[in-house]
Amino acid sequence: MRLLTHNMLASNVRGATTGYPLTLEATNWCTKEVELNSDFIRGLLPKIDWRALVAATRAIGLPELLPEEQPPEEEIFAEGAADVEGSAIRRIHHALLEVHVQEGSLVCPDTSRCFPINKGIPNMMLHEDEV
Amino acid sequence: MWYLCVFYHRLLDYRRPEVESLAELFAGPGARESVEWRMPENHHVDSPFHLVRLPGDERLAAQVANRSLLVKGVYELWGYGTTYEELEKSVREYPDERKLPFLVPESSFKIVIDSFGKVISSQEQNEIIQSLTYIPFKGRVNLKKPDHRFFVMETDDYGSNNGLPPVVKRSIFFGREVGAADRHLLPTYQLKSRKYIGPTAMDAEMAFLMANQGLASPGKLVYDPFVGTGSILVAAAHFGAMTMGADIDIRVVRDGRGPNCNVWSNFEQYKLPEPLCLLRADNNLPPWRPGLKEMFDAIICDPPYGVRAGGRKSGGRKLIKGVKGPYTVPDEKRDNHIPSTAPYSLAECVHDLLHLAARMVVMGGRLVFFYPVLRGEDGTANPQFPEHPCFKLITSSEQILSFRYSRVLLTMVKVAPYTEEIEKLAAERHREFRENHQKWMEEGNLHSAVFEPAQDGKPDRDSKPKYRGKYV
Repeated sequence: MRLLTHNMLASNVRGATTGYPLTLEATNWCTKEVELNSDFIRGLLPKIDWRALVAATRAIGLPELLPEEQPPEEEIFAEGAADVEGSAIRRIHHALLEVHVQEGSLVCPDTSRCFPINKGIPNMMLHEDEV
Repeated sequence: MWYLCVFYHRLLDYRRPEVESLAELFAGPGARESVEWRMPENHHVDSPFHLVRLPGDERLAAQVANRSLLVKGVYELWGYGTTYEELEKSVREYPDERKLPFLVPESSFKIVIDSFGKVISSQEQNEIIQSLTYIPFKGRVNLKKPDHRFFVMETDDYGSNNGLPPVVKRSIFFGREVGAADRHLLPTYQLKSRKYIGPTAMDAEMAFLMANQGLASPGKLVYDPFVGTGSILVAAAHFGAMTMGADIDIRVVRDGRGPNCNVWSNFEQYKLPEPLCLLRADNNLPPWRPGLKEMFDAIICDPPYGVRAGGRKSGGRKLIKGVKGPYTVPDEKRDNHIPSTAPYSLAECVHDLLHLAARMVVMGGRLVFFYPVLRGEDGTANPQFPEHPCFKLITSSEQILSFRYSRVLLTMVKVAPYTEEIEKLAAERHREFRENHQKWMEEGNLHSAVFEPAQDGKPDRDSKPKYRGKYV
């Protein structure tokens, strides 16, 4: 599960008010290289909940990866930034698309219902009595 | 400029929509509507020979043809006739300034003789090539990698009963090739050599056509809510799109048939970037966070419509048995509990899909999906397609699957934003489906309509018309 996915998901268990953001608990994660596409990131960024993304990077133990506040767009999409090691866009790309949680769980903030992540697949299905 | 567009003689309903979609992809929004079509004189609309005008120059024509699956070739038409004498006259009349740049000494060329609905022996082919002396070819012949390829294409006035489109008169075309489909994709991606497939994996050619209808390209995000073995996403990823998929069956998305035979391995097999996300979720209760919308550039899918595979949704036992009291999972079994699922009626499934797309597709983005249609007594379908205030249906392409039913590929464009009002209406409808589950299940049962034995004991086959049209 990429952190992008974590950013999109919520718990829809009965009784949850918003079910978001889910608390990420990762027991095993890896990085998988994905080709950087600036236009893709540009389209994606306005839809990302930055605080939830930062929380997710911290949860897997990368507190230095992203700053507390989202850098301004001019900085992220500055000419040539995509080619500079450690630039904002490279870090954002890495956080969203390259970090892959293999095993762990997503915990609903309202009800503490735990959605397991197994072999990289989050299981968001509800039990019969939670619908 | 008008080009001659020659199609492969298959999936007839899919041919023009594919060209129109690709024109939109390469020439920008709105280009689709400015594509114009004509039929050559005396040609039936099912003929493989069409004339097309694209909103752009030759580069656009080449891009469209090269990316397509069904375009055998797009040609600059130099001449046309019903006899070789007429063809000569027509080619001679074609302006020299259009012809000469392609005939210069430093270029290489090749002449191909092609036919439709008839066979031309290699001796006859040689004679035709020899007869083209009225075209001043100055370049070298190169059969392997020519700079320019010229085509003579002939079709005859065969009768109309051999399954081919009726053509009244013989016609001969001479043209310079501008671009052609890369059908080599199909043997590479064919299902029989794919590691992980399921009973309803989408055939490779159709998956590419769907990806073209969804305008899959680099920098776009494509979602399939019924991902299964990933056969549609593989096609979208081949065209450079980022992909995401969900399925209700965890065995399919998570386990596959082992560590090297699962959805991930299908992408690895073709050296494609793997999906950004696969998750197990219920299309009936999608787990997207509140406020999230307009994430996907396209949703491309083949919903389960209950003929070969039926849909499932959460909340089984209560609904099946009609038990009123809610079922509670005992606490000690909660961790490994596998929730039961209930059958999912087509009407509800399509409603959920349209609602999901209304929310999650960007403005101008596309929803591409198959919809089943029962065919009437006379073999024609007169379907009512699903509608949604956010979407405009732009094309419907029928593929006849049996005498009883067809599937129609619907391509819709999001034309209106997702509003609170639409959200409220959808929630009401959702409740209605839940409360009248049984009624919807019975009404939407295609399975029995498709597999029921014929009434009078006679096989339906006899009544199949000779002209095959859309069957091909």
